[in-house]
Amino acid sequence: MTEQKSEVSRVQELVYELKIEEVMVRDVITVTPETTLREFKELLRTKRISGTPVVQGERLVGIISLEDLIKALEDGEMDALVGAKMTPKVEVLHADEPVVHAVNRMSRSGFGRFPVVNRAGQLVGILTRGEIIRGLLRRLEVSYRDEEIHRYRSSHIFEDIISDRTSLVLRYHVQPRDFSIGGAASSRIKRAIERLGGNPTLARRVGVAAYEAEINLVIHSDHGGEMVVEIQPDQLHILVADDGPGIPDVEQAMRPGFSTAPDWIREMGFGAGMGLLNIKNCADEMKLQSVLGEGTWLEMWFRIPAAGADGSKQQAASSKQPVAEK
Amino acid sequence: MTVEEMVGRLGLQVAARGEMAREISGGYASDLLSCVMAKAKEGNVWVTLQAHPNVIAVASLLNLAAVIVAEGVEADLETVMRAQENGVTLLGSAQTTFSVVGQLSAVGVTGG
Repeated sequence: MTEQKSEVSRVQELVYELKIEEVMVRDVITVTPETTLREFKELLRTKRISGTPVVQGERLVGIISLEDLIKALEDGEMDALVGAKMTPKVEVLHADEPVVHAVNRMSRSGFGRFPVVNRAGQLVGILTRGEIIRGLLRRLEVSYRDEEIHRYRSSHIFEDIISDRTSLVLRYHVQPRDFSIGGAASSRIKRAIERLGGNPTLARRVGVAAYEAEINLVIHSDHGGEMVVEIQPDQLHILVADDGPGIPDVEQAMRPGFSTAPDWIREMGFGAGMGLLNIKNCADEMKLQSVLGEGTWLEMWFRIPAAGADGSKQQAASSKQPVAEK
Repeated sequence: MTVEEMVGRLGLQVAARGEMAREISGGYASDLLSCVMAKAKEGNVWVTLQAHPNVIAVASLLNLAAVIVAEGVEADLETVMRAQENGVTLLGSAQTTFSVVGQLSAVGVTGG
């Protein structure tokens, strides 16, 4: 999955996920109906704002803006009270509503500023377009940084941990006949490679091969099986093993289109007789051994190109390093 | 063409929304998952009759742009939920696979 993809859909999700109270400004500058327009003018000038809600006690009773002030100035009514010049019917947003609601209201009404009230009608904040954008950016940055941190931490594991030969071993147990979670192990293997900084093509090849092997365990194995992934800086090895029933003729099993899957499995789209071939095509090397009644051992190897062979990746890694050292 | 545009032009139902603004790189049609694994490319739209949760695993592994389930086959709830979790766009059409592919081809989405 590319960074861009996750970011775009993330914004759409966020407008639904974020509540208005999470992005609104809480310290609201307010006036009361008894404030004079002269005092209101000073407030706008010193606070550099263009309007405020009007509250009585904690209750929102109106809203007054620069426009109302200009009108009063023209009419020579600077000593009038806010209560007489404000707009009494205020459109409000509720603090617990999702941000998408505010976005819709703003585009429908043309208002750029909404007072936010709680369910008791008390003023708790104010929301402008600027706050929405800032709120979204803040959230995006947090989730982006989280994935970056995951990736950064994981991708340096081989540099941070020193040994003569370091390898990372991931083990997955696959249940037989459970199609609902079939594919879970291979998705996780693919994610692990991405986080370790492996290039997307490698992650995909490993993902496809691991998926086919995982589905074979789901379909054919008597008691499920194990998938053991051993990752070294320069190669990746996957062992898929079960304890039966075993393949009677390995050569025949490798033939394109040859399948022993029962009809109900074929109806789900599995058992095309292409799985082992897919594995062979994706892996740099594969070895399939089986003993009838004892089990099947499938091994696959993937070479990991040196960082130098993939310029873009190396650049990304080295440009990150100084940031983390600060 | 983006996923959103395709949904509009073919009149597809949306069961799960992934990245709707994503550009479609081409298309592939098959009900055999291994064939999809071997042939479908990143960013492709996949037309199929399969609607069980493993469809989402395949789409997610291959980073497909969208899956269209044809002939009005209803996706299981599990499949829809899995699609939402994984950000996979899952669409539906009442038409046959053949018709859907024909329409895709007519609007410029080609094999490959």
